[in-house]
Amino acid sequence: MQNKLMMKLAIGSEAIFFLAFILGYLHFWDQGNFQLQASTQLSASKSALYTGLLILSSVTFIVAEKTFNERKYNRSLWWMLCTILLGVIFLGGQGIEYYELIQHNISLSTGVFGTAFFALTGFHGLHVIIGLIIMIYLCWLIKYDYPGKQNSTIISTAGIYWHFVDIVWICVFTTIYLLPFLI
Amino acid sequence: MYLFTALFFFILGGGAALLMRTQLAVANNRLLSPEVYNQIFTMHGTTMVFFVMMPALLGISVYIIPLMIGANDMAFPRLNAFSLWITLLGGLLLYFSFAAGGAPDAGWFNYAPLNQFYYSFTKGIDYYAMGLLLGGIGSVSTAINLIVTILTMRIKGMHLTQLPLFAWMGLVNSFLIIGAFPALNAALCMLLLDRQLHAHFFNNSGGSALLWQHLFWMFGHPEVYILILPAFGVYSEVFQVFSGKRIYGYGFVAGSTVAIALLSFGVWVHHMFATGLGNTVNTFFAASSMLIGIPTGIKIFNWIGTMYGGSIRFTVPMMFAIAFLIEFTIGGLSGIGFSIVPIDWELTDSYFVVAHLHYVFIGGSLFGLFAALFYWFPRMSGRMLDEKLGKWFFWIFVTGFNMTFFIQHFLGLMGMPRRVYTYPDIPGYTILNFISTAGAFLMAAAVLLLLYNIYISIKKGTPAGTDPWDAFTLEWYPPSTHPGKNFDELPEVHSRQPLLDLKKASVNQ
Repeated sequence: MQNKLMMKLAIGSEAIFFLAFILGYLHFWDQGNFQLQASTQLSASKSALYTGLLILSSVTFIVAEKTFNERKYNRSLWWMLCTILLGVIFLGGQGIEYYELIQHNISLSTGVFGTAFFALTGFHGLHVIIGLIIMIYLCWLIKYDYPGKQNSTIISTAGIYWHFVDIVWICVFTTIYLLPFLI
Repeated sequence: MYLFTALFFFILGGGAALLMRTQLAVANNRLLSPEVYNQIFTMHGTTMVFFVMMPALLGISVYIIPLMIGANDMAFPRLNAFSLWITLLGGLLLYFSFAAGGAPDAGWFNYAPLNQFYYSFTKGIDYYAMGLLLGGIGSVSTAINLIVTILTMRIKGMHLTQLPLFAWMGLVNSFLIIGAFPALNAALCMLLLDRQLHAHFFNNSGGSALLWQHLFWMFGHPEVYILILPAFGVYSEVFQVFSGKRIYGYGFVAGSTVAIALLSFGVWVHHMFATGLGNTVNTFFAASSMLIGIPTGIKIFNWIGTMYGGSIRFTVPMMFAIAFLIEFTIGGLSGIGFSIVPIDWELTDSYFVVAHLHYVFIGGSLFGLFAALFYWFPRMSGRMLDEKLGKWFFWIFVTGFNMTFFIQHFLGLMGMPRRVYTYPDIPGYTILNFISTAGAFLMAAAVLLLLYNIYISIKKGTPAGTDPWDAFTLEWYPPSTHPGKNFDELPEVHSRQPLLDLKKASVNQ
């Protein structure tokens, strides 16, 4: 109860942090000609695929949590590993995208678009990494420490965080990749 | 620990203020160079806001609120300790900049493009950003901790409508912190990216100086309410106890606080009227800024109503509370003045602003801290602070404060800009500045007296007993010398004045 409340407050705070970066991105929209930049430099379809995978990872997390509550620890562990794998694939996709952009000479310091894009997606990526670290720890707990200790809220608390990372990405995806086609 | 941290930085920040006033005492002074002066006023502002007021107010909150609501400790004690140490680390990092080539020198709100590396090429601003980021993390985690504590660990029978007002203010305040600090943290991250990795958020090749101002004041305006709300809580308790009356209009005090919290996120552009955002924007924010004066005004009448017809005891906390009513009203009225756009254009960045903000910060927050110190010192140390020395301290400090800052209203109206390291010998300037400096030294003397008072009272003050002020709330229920956890056994609570009920009940038996 207390842990979940704490996590909800923490992600509330984080949400405003990301909101500031999204607003920053939109602030430069006209000036940096983002409409053109985003639709020519970025691939919305590829990113949509990775977005789908990240959403899928939220689903696998829910399954992991559910099986854990039913005391099927091995299955829970398996689903948790799936979640981690999907997160890693997502990060890999982001890495490839970064690499291609840098090949096209767009980086954090080359212009406003690079600055706003890399800062926003980079901070999201950082949160994905933190989520992965938490889940690796969860795996260890499920395997070695958990059977026998009931009523712990750590998995559902971590779940709130992971779903939040997911939702933030949907907002980021909409802003960066979809918005150029919508307006 | 929090309070000691605050005291330590208070002395540093106060020292910086004295240096500034000494420099400004006479015209054409050459005591400090312009570069050093820039660093000193930046450090004064930053220290006082982030590393004195914040830790002091949060420190009192985490000490008193669990006691008030009948909890044995905060919900997450280790997180609590983490918050303290990371805040202290942030403050030390900020001061380490002196050793690393130069302190930050772009003012406490650190406007772009002055905060960029080709305008400020010492490491100062990097330390500013890192220090504030760490301090911000500490504040947010304390706020989360407080909310969880207040919402889940209240004593049996204490509904939210029976929460003591100080705890109410702490609750609302924590939500404000959670909402406001991320904007600052985001801005600081962008600034660090700019300075370290040559990103283009705020520089002039494509970046936007306005974005910094928007983000900073999206944080900055709620921040000034973050600094005043806990003080409001202190006054609400002090007025009740020393008037011997329950608060007049409990619902209005709590409700108007929520109104302040919500409105405070919609007024930030009034710091930016001079940036030319256009009439529509200016009018909207002028209206919202006037609106936010209303809930604050409601509170002033609540407190006057509480005193009305009560049997008032003029103890030191009560004197600070009454002085607050007067000084804060002056500061509030000059603030309402600023919400009128043409007046703001005329006076922005003048000494009038300096006078206004010191009236609300000192007359509001700092007086609240002093009242809290004198009121809760017996709870913390088991001994009373010496009342006689306290009264001397009160009168010297209040005199010095008005001497320093009331004068600055006139200086501002005469056109003296803020942040200048010296000024030519214009008629009136020298004498007014000199009086202002004399007032600052009077305040410093008063603070020395306070430090002596604390020292002597801890050594050989009168033992306080359990309930020295004949108070209303639960923090005075357990004996003040009680080691370890706060409560051994707990009474049930049925009203807003649980301790008063208990005392009445024991008289009746």
